[in-house]
Amino acid sequence: MLKLSMAGSEAILVDAASGAFDQAIQQRIWAFAKKMRGIDGIEQVVPGVNNVLVVFDSLHVSGEAVEALIRKEWAGAGLETPSAKVVDVPVHYGGALGEDLASVAQESGLSVAEVIARHSGADYSVAAVGAMPGFVYLTGLDPALAVRRRNTPRLSVPKGAVVIGGGHAGIMPCTAPSGWHILGMTDIDLFSLERADPLLLHPGDVVRFHPVEG
Amino acid sequence: MQRNSQDGALEILASSTLNSIQDQGRRHSLTLGVSVGGAMDRFALSAGNALIGNDLSLAGIEVVFFPFRLKFHADTVFALTGADTGANLDGSPIPAWWAVPARAGQVLSLGAPRVGARAYIAVTGGIDVPVVLGSRATDQKGGFGGIGGRGLQRGDRLPLGAPTLGSITGNPKAFPQAGLGAAIQWPEVRADAHTTVRVLPAAEWDRFAPEVQEQFLSVPWQVSADANRVGYRLSGPELVALCQDSLMSHGIVPGTIQVPSSGQPIVQLADANTCGGYPKIATVIEADQRLLAQTRVGGQVRFVLATRAQAQAALRAQHDDLLALSRALGTVTA
Repeated sequence: MLKLSMAGSEAILVDAASGAFDQAIQQRIWAFAKKMRGIDGIEQVVPGVNNVLVVFDSLHVSGEAVEALIRKEWAGAGLETPSAKVVDVPVHYGGALGEDLASVAQESGLSVAEVIARHSGADYSVAAVGAMPGFVYLTGLDPALAVRRRNTPRLSVPKGAVVIGGGHAGIMPCTAPSGWHILGMTDIDLFSLERADPLLLHPGDVVRFHPVEG
Repeated sequence: MQRNSQDGALEILASSTLNSIQDQGRRHSLTLGVSVGGAMDRFALSAGNALIGNDLSLAGIEVVFFPFRLKFHADTVFALTGADTGANLDGSPIPAWWAVPARAGQVLSLGAPRVGARAYIAVTGGIDVPVVLGSRATDQKGGFGGIGGRGLQRGDRLPLGAPTLGSITGNPKAFPQAGLGAAIQWPEVRADAHTTVRVLPAAEWDRFAPEVQEQFLSVPWQVSADANRVGYRLSGPELVALCQDSLMSHGIVPGTIQVPSSGQPIVQLADANTCGGYPKIATVIEADQRLLAQTRVGGQVRFVLATRAQAQAALRAQHDDLLALSRALGTVTA
């Protein structure tokens, strides 16, 4: 069941979630986003996790017209399978650079070695890009590692921090506040204006974490 | 277009890094995770540009930390809009919402605002820093735009662009010496009064019981010290939701009012993250976000429910006001 709600007078949040994260819904959202982009008056289509934000220009198209368009395009949207690339991410787990590794192990009832094995043993899919420049919401986290976010967010989590939170995995693309748990550090650059395409990862891409020493 | 930058025509004499180069922001980079950014009070910056005949998209300086002083190293024309800072040019007072010529060597000083919180300085040709992702706006989180992605500091020299087609003056002598002010009655924001802003219900509005919704709309909310370009944390009664189910991360827009489990609302503003996960009770309408931008820490805000049609009409009215100003000044003939 599609739920449409206003996000101010120039955007509509389209929530397609039905309970837990559903990969098929996400693929339909990607297909929907592709169809919506380029339609007159539609300014931006921003996929979230089983939801999508549609931003429009209210001087040129009415909210009612956009709502009708959303329902029509959603009904006709298939399942998009993006041409995914696989990106291998080396991670220095634990120590001073992964200060929450021990607490995550404790909360999940696993040993530190098991947390590392489970975190680096999964194939992750980029569900959405957002929050910060280049940040990715990764699905595929082992449910045993789906611990609650920190009660008090850190005011500064460094660029390159390999993090988990709210059932997702992620990588910090810049130094910023975050309530997610830090498991380790990587030196890959998720966002760079030096590249023609600033994004390293796009929706649908596959990420694998690999423990490295030292 | 021919570029005729006057390198370093403005020299910053006194500033804090909270002051920054801003324009209308990045409206097409949300899918990169890049905030909209831009002037917190876009209307004020646009009006400043309109007063001196600049294209409304040009960059100016947003000043939120005072005192602020800059020295002109070239003859030009500038406009001051937004907060009334009791500004002066070499000691001569400059009213708010006013444009005057400046000569090389003159110093512009802005003091603590008497009205409002954020002042905007627009200069003929605009501040000509490189365009990044379609905008010159400083994004301090991303570390790009403006001058190396940071705020302004003493000693910075800012280049000006060439006057655009509609500029009243490539020649400051053609500009009235006494200056030129906005002919329209601009809405004022007094920091000591209640600011009322209009909101639309957002996705989780129904997670709050009618009496909590009523409370949200009836009490004055105080802007806490935790208030900046990212957002304002508000203090008031605890807003308790009927349901605490967590939400999946979703795109959010500036103006979104989130209610985390503490029950104290946070209004997300220009530099907010592009995605969030907290319940959203309402969204401040686009046209009224400038009123929040002009409300200081400790100021009080009331929310009143509007309709989407009213919100869009208010936005259109601002658009028309700017056009009327440009027409009145003869900078737009269409």
